[in-house]
Amino acid sequence: METLEFNNKTIAINEEGYLKDPSQWSTELAHQLAKDVNINLTDKHFQVLNWLRAKQAEGVALSIRKVGNSGIVDIKEFYQLFPGGPLKISSKIAGIPKPVSCI
Amino acid sequence: MKNLLILGAGTAGTMMANKLHKDLNRKVWKITIVDPDVVHYYQPGFLFIPFGIYQPEDVVRMKAEFLPKEVNFIVDEVKRITGEKNEVTLKGGKNLSYDILIIATGANVVPGETPGLEGKLWHKDIFDFYTFEGATQLAKKLETWQGGKLVINLTETLIKCPVAPLEFAFLADAYFTEKGMRNKVEIFYVTPLSGAFTKPKATKMLSALLEEKHINVVPDFYVQEVDNDRKVLISYDQKEVPFDLLVTVPVNKGADMIAESNLGDEDGLNFVPTDKHTLQSKKFENVFVIGDATNVPASKAGSVAHFEGEILLENILSFIHRLPLEAKFDGHANCFIETGYGKAALIDFNYETEPLAGKFPWPIVGPMGLLKVNRANHFGKLAFRWIYWHILLTGKSLPVSSNMSMAGKEVETEMVK
Repeated sequence: METLEFNNKTIAINEEGYLKDPSQWSTELAHQLAKDVNINLTDKHFQVLNWLRAKQAEGVALSIRKVGNSGIVDIKEFYQLFPGGPLKISSKIAGIPKPVSCI
Repeated sequence: MKNLLILGAGTAGTMMANKLHKDLNRKVWKITIVDPDVVHYYQPGFLFIPFGIYQPEDVVRMKAEFLPKEVNFIVDEVKRITGEKNEVTLKGGKNLSYDILIIATGANVVPGETPGLEGKLWHKDIFDFYTFEGATQLAKKLETWQGGKLVINLTETLIKCPVAPLEFAFLADAYFTEKGMRNKVEIFYVTPLSGAFTKPKATKMLSALLEEKHINVVPDFYVQEVDNDRKVLISYDQKEVPFDLLVTVPVNKGADMIAESNLGDEDGLNFVPTDKHTLQSKKFENVFVIGDATNVPASKAGSVAHFEGEILLENILSFIHRLPLEAKFDGHANCFIETGYGKAALIDFNYETEPLAGKFPWPIVGPMGLLKVNRANHFGKLAFRWIYWHILLTGKSLPVSSNMSMAGKEVETEMVK
């Protein structure tokens, strides 16, 4: 199992760097994870991250469209906040599992 | 008398009407089914129409042919479901009350969700193949098309028959090769996914096929709009893909009345929150959902509706007898993937297990091969049309279990979660 050392704590991650246990997450850790992908987290970022964490805890299958309907950001703003693959990147920073697309 | 009401007479609804007609006590239960359309389309056949493999008439039958005579078939559109009152209102003004409701209203393509798709190029240089109209128009276009950039674009990840766009790409490669003009056509597969497919082993196999057939994959492209004047797709992060001929898979949505009834999921796509194992709606205990209409994380495909059907029948019978809903759907899907030149691949998977290599449906003998391209799979796909009309819709069982079987699959321990 892979791990990450942060603030003297050992955090379990998978081979792609996603946290295995969302309860090990903290805002400080989010800042660190965001730095790895050159993102400076703002309040807006945190609103999205907290929304993602809450939905994930409810067992909701997340999608870019759902974030776009969250009332926090539209899809375009979501891309601006987390350029590249916004859902994958934001999920990693939010300390939740990589979202799976169903087929 | 008690009323069992089914909304939608497509694959799932028709199948349930047949199963329930057989198993419910006819002295107690009256079955009614509602659908706005009298024609039943064999949707898996739409894929073959653009390439002239099927003719339009090969995929059209009348819905009434497949419903038992004693089932009351109402041709009308549903306006609203009022779950609190156990009532359904039709556009024609009629109210139907129910003791048990089955929502089987499916999914439809909605090109209007993406700006520019239904613009001046619609059905001139931009086509879908998920509708009878789109597939037949595209067949005419391909007959005379001189070549250029053919772009196949998935607007969303959540679509019916997720392998169909890949099949379209493979069949297009074969079609233009056989016409002697493959060198005049560049094929691009533009997808919001990070690769050709969602599950690792199948993606690996399919990516190799795409490469072999010189189909260019453009991953992580989430289309925002289509510029008709410049003929380009534009993504939410401002990437562009030019096209001469665009074959789109538009946004798929459930019925509008789902939103009207306040029963939809929060992505606004009108799919109904459903227990992924029992198929009971999350909002009302006497409302069940099947097929493409649910939000369960399984493929939106006929095979899934079929496997769900056996589970749903059991659970409805349990519900009537006030027993716990013990039958559990496992997300089983089984999809043929046409790869061109009379060959096909086959995948079989569920919620927990990704598609694996092996033999199907019987270990060693097959005759079909999982995650392999061969002729037996292609004949399986063609034979499926007969099976669909004669076995699946009529609610009979196939010699394949509802829950996925590991028999015949080559397991590497890390593949099973």
